[in-house]
Amino acid sequence: MNIVVCVKYVPDATADRQFESDNTVDRVGVDGLLSELDEYAVEQALQLKEKGEDIEVTALCVGPEKGVDAVRKALQMGVDKGIHVVDDAIAGSDAIATSLVLAKAIEKIGVPDLVMCGMASTDAGMSVVPAMLAERLDLPQVTFAAVIETQGDQVRIKRDSDTATEIVGGTMPLVMSVTDQTGEARYPSFKGIMAAKKKPLETWSLSDIGVDASEVGLSVAWTSVEETAARPPRTAGEIVKDEDGAGATALVGFLASKKFI
Amino acid sequence: MSEVLVLVDHVDGAIRKPTLELLAIAKRIGSPSAVLIASADQTDAAVARLTAFGAEKVYVVDDAEIKGYLVAPKAEVLQQLIEKTSPAAVLIVSGYEGKEIAGRLAIKTGSGLITDAVDVDADGTTTQSVFAGNFTAKAKVTTGTPIITVKPNAAAPEETAGAGAVEQFAATISDSAKKAQIVASQPRQASGRPELTEAAIIVSGGRGTGGNFEPVEGLADALGAAVGASRAAVDSGWMPHSFQVGQTGKVVSPQLYVANGISGAIQHRAGMQTSKTIVAVNKDEEAPIFELVDFGVVGDLHAVLPKATEEINQRKG
Ligand SMILES: Cc1cc2nc3c(=O)[nH]c(=O)nc-3n(C[C@H](O)[C@H](O)[C@H](O)COP(=O)(O)OP(=O)(O)OC[C@H]3O[C@@H](n4cnc5c(N)ncnc54)[C@H](O)[C@@H]3O)c2cc1C
Ligand SMILES: Nc1ncnc2c1ncn2[C@@H]1O[C@H](COP(=O)(O)O)[C@@H](O)[C@H]1O
Repeated sequence: MNIVVCVKYVPDATADRQFESDNTVDRVGVDGLLSELDEYAVEQALQLKEKGEDIEVTALCVGPEKGVDAVRKALQMGVDKGIHVVDDAIAGSDAIATSLVLAKAIEKIGVPDLVMCGMASTDAGMSVVPAMLAERLDLPQVTFAAVIETQGDQVRIKRDSDTATEIVGGTMPLVMSVTDQTGEARYPSFKGIMAAKKKPLETWSLSDIGVDASEVGLSVAWTSVEETAARPPRTAGEIVKDEDGAGATALVGFLASKKFI
Repeated sequence: MSEVLVLVDHVDGAIRKPTLELLAIAKRIGSPSAVLIASADQTDAAVARLTAFGAEKVYVVDDAEIKGYLVAPKAEVLQQLIEKTSPAAVLIVSGYEGKEIAGRLAIKTGSGLITDAVDVDADGTTTQSVFAGNFTAKAKVTTGTPIITVKPNAAAPEETAGAGAVEQFAATISDSAKKAQIVASQPRQASGRPELTEAAIIVSGGRGTGGNFEPVEGLADALGAAVGASRAAVDSGWMPHSFQVGQTGKVVSPQLYVANGISGAIQHRAGMQTSKTIVAVNKDEEAPIFELVDFGVVGDLHAVLPKATEEINQRKG
């Protein structure tokens, strides 16, 4: 069985994230890392690998030069192979173009039994790439998995949808996205870090996967961001210490002054 | 005037409030046409309600072939309706399902997609809140039919009746769209409180509750609020995941958010930072949540909340 895990390289959420003057996300100026939410997908792929036999897991990242760090981290965690698609033309791509590049790369790898994704990237966070990939690869999707079960080529996941808890099932090949409810992701062990150095890691350009530069990037995005603005900082609020119940009274006074009561 | 397709979000025919908000937004852009995918016994009441809130047209699609499957068939319905009507835009509620339908639809129709809009102008310009609410962005779809998913509370529903002309629409669902099945579905139990994503007021609790949510629920009920929770409270098994506010839970933007025993980690902030008024009760005056608040109480929530609840109930008489 083959699994491809899509891992995104994102600006560190705890750093000061910014926009460039062309309203694209600054992916170079701030430190980046493997999107935390994709670690859960890597973890679940590795757990499937450990449960089964003859399972190969490939980590795939579309991103800037430094994005190779995200692939390396996945290799250190235990995936078998890494592929990094990097090309100047990709910069500024929206989800539509990103999903095209991912789909073409997956086709070149050979469509696997499972394409696994995080539930959302921690920067753009649209949660649409898995559905777009499924559409492009003409595969079913089982998404936002909180619990995953597989038996042969059958997949069942449990998920919290908007109004219900659901069990969703499908037959491989399919696209799956994984939530943080699936359980903590492992840290790379020292052994894992050493082993990763010897694992295959390929770098592909757009021409390697048969995508024309004119199909991706900011200039062909199907949406345009017209302006971005930092939210005005919140003005410092009033803070009271609770002494002998004064806190509750002050709180109720505040709520009443704002007409919430 | 061009039609604007609004995909109706409903549970067994009961229309959810965000759909009524979408009808109000659709009116700004063009002529609202609701797309109702439901079973025959659910349609009459649903059509009446959609009409009351401004639907000029309602496309009724029988869900017999659709309801057991995940999102892909709904994307096909919308694709076929786009071909038929060449709408000015397609509006979908921003939730897990809505965004996935939108994602598939965008690829199918070669259309640009904007998700999580908090406002939409008459010309289709959207406002989004990005980077955990630290930035706002204005964007527009430039290719194809604008597909926009809109967050709850982006507009007020408008109760002005439309023509409500019903048109049965027979969609063709492909076999490949039926490959992901909903094997079982357990509807969420009604709590009697407002829904988290729709509520005007949310009172939430974190690890600081120590697992006792009674003070939080008491205050919520006194204020007519929804109850929320941090991931720490969910991970501890004190509250179901559907109550979680934050990056991997619900992203909310109520008029008032009251955080109790919640430290204010970035992932929690990502889900509540755009709330209009923020209040926190925390016994640690250094807790980062206090950086966000309009009003904060440094104190033990187990003492502060019950007393505040009692005072509120007294005021209400
Ligand atoms: C990938 C990822 C996704 C995540 N997604 C989310 C998410 O969606 N939502 C989310 O909330 N978190 C999320 N987290 C977790 C987040 O990082 C924090 O761990 C979590 O929000 C902490 O919850 P807490 O504030 O309840 O607990 P803590 O950080 O432990 O804070 C408890 C607070 O309660 C106060 N306290 C204790 N006792 C009392 C008392 N008696 N009275 C008053 N105050 C008291 C303490 O002073 C403290 O400030 C995510 C983390 C990761 C890695
Ligand atoms: N550039 C990328 N490279 C690899 N995987 C990606 C990329 N963008 C998105 N993904 C995958 O798609 C998921 C959802 O992304 P998004 O739709 O951007 O929220 C992520 O968690 C990743 O698994």
